[in-house]
Amino acid sequence: MASAIPMRAVGPQADAATARTAELHKVEEGMNPPLLIKRRDLHRAPPTPAGLPPGTGARLLGLLRAQLGSLALSVLSIALLLGFWYLGTEYRWDFYIRFTNVPSPGEVFTELMGLVGSTQFQTNIGTSVGRILSGFCIATALGVVLGLLCGRYAVLKGLLFPALEVLRPIPAIAWVPISIMLWPSTETSIIFITFIGAFFPILLNTLHGVASVDPVLIRAARCLGAGELALLVRVILPGALPHIFTGLAVGMGVAWVSLIAAEMISGQFGVGYFTWEAYSLIEYPHIVIGMLVIGVLGLLCSGGIRLLARLAMPWQRAGHKENG
Amino acid sequence: MMASDGKGPARGHIDLRDIRVSFMQNGAALDAVSGVTLDVEPGEFVSVVGPSGCGKSTLLNIVAGFLKPSAGKAMVDGKPIDGPGSERGVVFQQYSLFPWLKVRENVEFGLRMQGMGRAERESKARTLLGLAGLLSFENHYPDQLSGGMKQRVGIVRALATGPQVLLMDEPFGALDAQTRVVMQEILTNMWQQLRLSVLFITHDIEESIFLSDKVYVMTARPGRIKAEIPIPLPRPRTPEMTASPTFMALHRQLKALIREESLAAMGGELRDGGLGQDWHLGSQDDVRAVL
Repeated sequence: MASAIPMRAVGPQADAATARTAELHKVEEGMNPPLLIKRRDLHRAPPTPAGLPPGTGARLLGLLRAQLGSLALSVLSIALLLGFWYLGTEYRWDFYIRFTNVPSPGEVFTELMGLVGSTQFQTNIGTSVGRILSGFCIATALGVVLGLLCGRYAVLKGLLFPALEVLRPIPAIAWVPISIMLWPSTETSIIFITFIGAFFPILLNTLHGVASVDPVLIRAARCLGAGELALLVRVILPGALPHIFTGLAVGMGVAWVSLIAAEMISGQFGVGYFTWEAYSLIEYPHIVIGMLVIGVLGLLCSGGIRLLARLAMPWQRAGHKENG
Repeated sequence: MMASDGKGPARGHIDLRDIRVSFMQNGAALDAVSGVTLDVEPGEFVSVVGPSGCGKSTLLNIVAGFLKPSAGKAMVDGKPIDGPGSERGVVFQQYSLFPWLKVRENVEFGLRMQGMGRAERESKARTLLGLAGLLSFENHYPDQLSGGMKQRVGIVRALATGPQVLLMDEPFGALDAQTRVVMQEILTNMWQQLRLSVLFITHDIEESIFLSDKVYVMTARPGRIKAEIPIPLPRPRTPEMTASPTFMALHRQLKALIREESLAAMGGELRDGGLGQDWHLGSQDDVRAVL
């Protein structure tokens, strides 16, 4: 358990930082020109169509222009963030918010290059991903199955929900101490906390999804000879799927929050542990690297869920036709 | 009236005897349907018409097995109805296709429930879709179809399991007038080939005459059978028949019967506090506004 009181960097640390900012300046110069050209290209991109009939072509161009516009804005948005960070660290801003000890983008980048190959860094990432996947998969299996059953059988819901309603408002982080007591190893207790984070959004959204299934579809299925199991698997589950995926997306977010908190408090390995350890050991660039890694992993996970949703619900992509 | 060529199946006899359905409203038992006796012979096409809220759909829900009557006997082929089953196909007004299944998979649903193998149910579904002119849409999702096509899929799906009885609850009610006429022709042609018993609920008088061998007219709530009108038009039915004197006479007769009931229903609403309740709500809002 990390209990060391972190110290503020002084003297030599600050000098090193100035040296690194100089490096960063070079890096930024090296990076900026292509970025600028790209942006200029984007502005120029929608070419005027010569000899093209108005109508579909013009509409397509309009669409393209809108897409490029939003892309340009995205690039600008990221550039502004990096620019703000860079300026803050370059000039060591110190009005209420203090950039004095914040590592510059350049420092972070150089440190990152050094870290990428290290097995320890990879182990940290692998451990976190493993924990997320275990906790999240258990939460999905349990949340969806319980959600379907509770949505279908009022008695089961009546039996389980009062207890779950009491537990639900407790944030996953608050489970950390009891979880360490409950489970035989740190590993299982961290997975349990991740599970707790993901479980409730998945359960509640599944329940909501079951309630949203059009009752006429259930009647139709019963008329076609569907038994209870077929009804659950072939009608209620697919009918609830859009809401289930909402639950999975939300659950994945909460799972990450819970995992990082658990790793920071009780962890060994993992990106949360890595980030907190960097703070304790005054390796400030590593803090930012940890944050970035967490951000990227979170993004990948939610992207994975969106992809899964598209694959699992092809009918949602199918075009709609007007009545007639 | 039975189909004239004698090909009608021996099964598919719907028999409702003295049906009463009541429900509780504000602590008092209210009859939705009262003393209804209705008969659909094997292979017969029977419609039930009546003013809205008269309990037409309640009757269908009883035959479908969604609803147990408070009193009376509901039987199909001499057996009391106990829950829904695939020997009674149902076509709903709201299409009720599974949006996550493609057209062919929707049709295959009932066959799958019967445990039929993949190849067999695929070929059966394709045959049926071909008959309904929908084969080229077999891989579309329901949301990609027009209302008329969706309802054709709904009918094909209900027929796929080979039911003896087809129950249709205002199946064309959500369609525009032109599509509805086309659907009626398609339905009468399909029925001509399949000869199964049909219980058809509608509020469209013309539709009921065009399709049916027999039309039941229901009274305003509580719904009772007001009249049983045989439709002596020859089969197969064609759109031209709607201009024939027989058709016109039937139309006038049915319209007059239903008009009486619609007026009674509206009068009843006025009496039973349709307006009074609105007024009451209005005054409550006023009180709230003052507070």
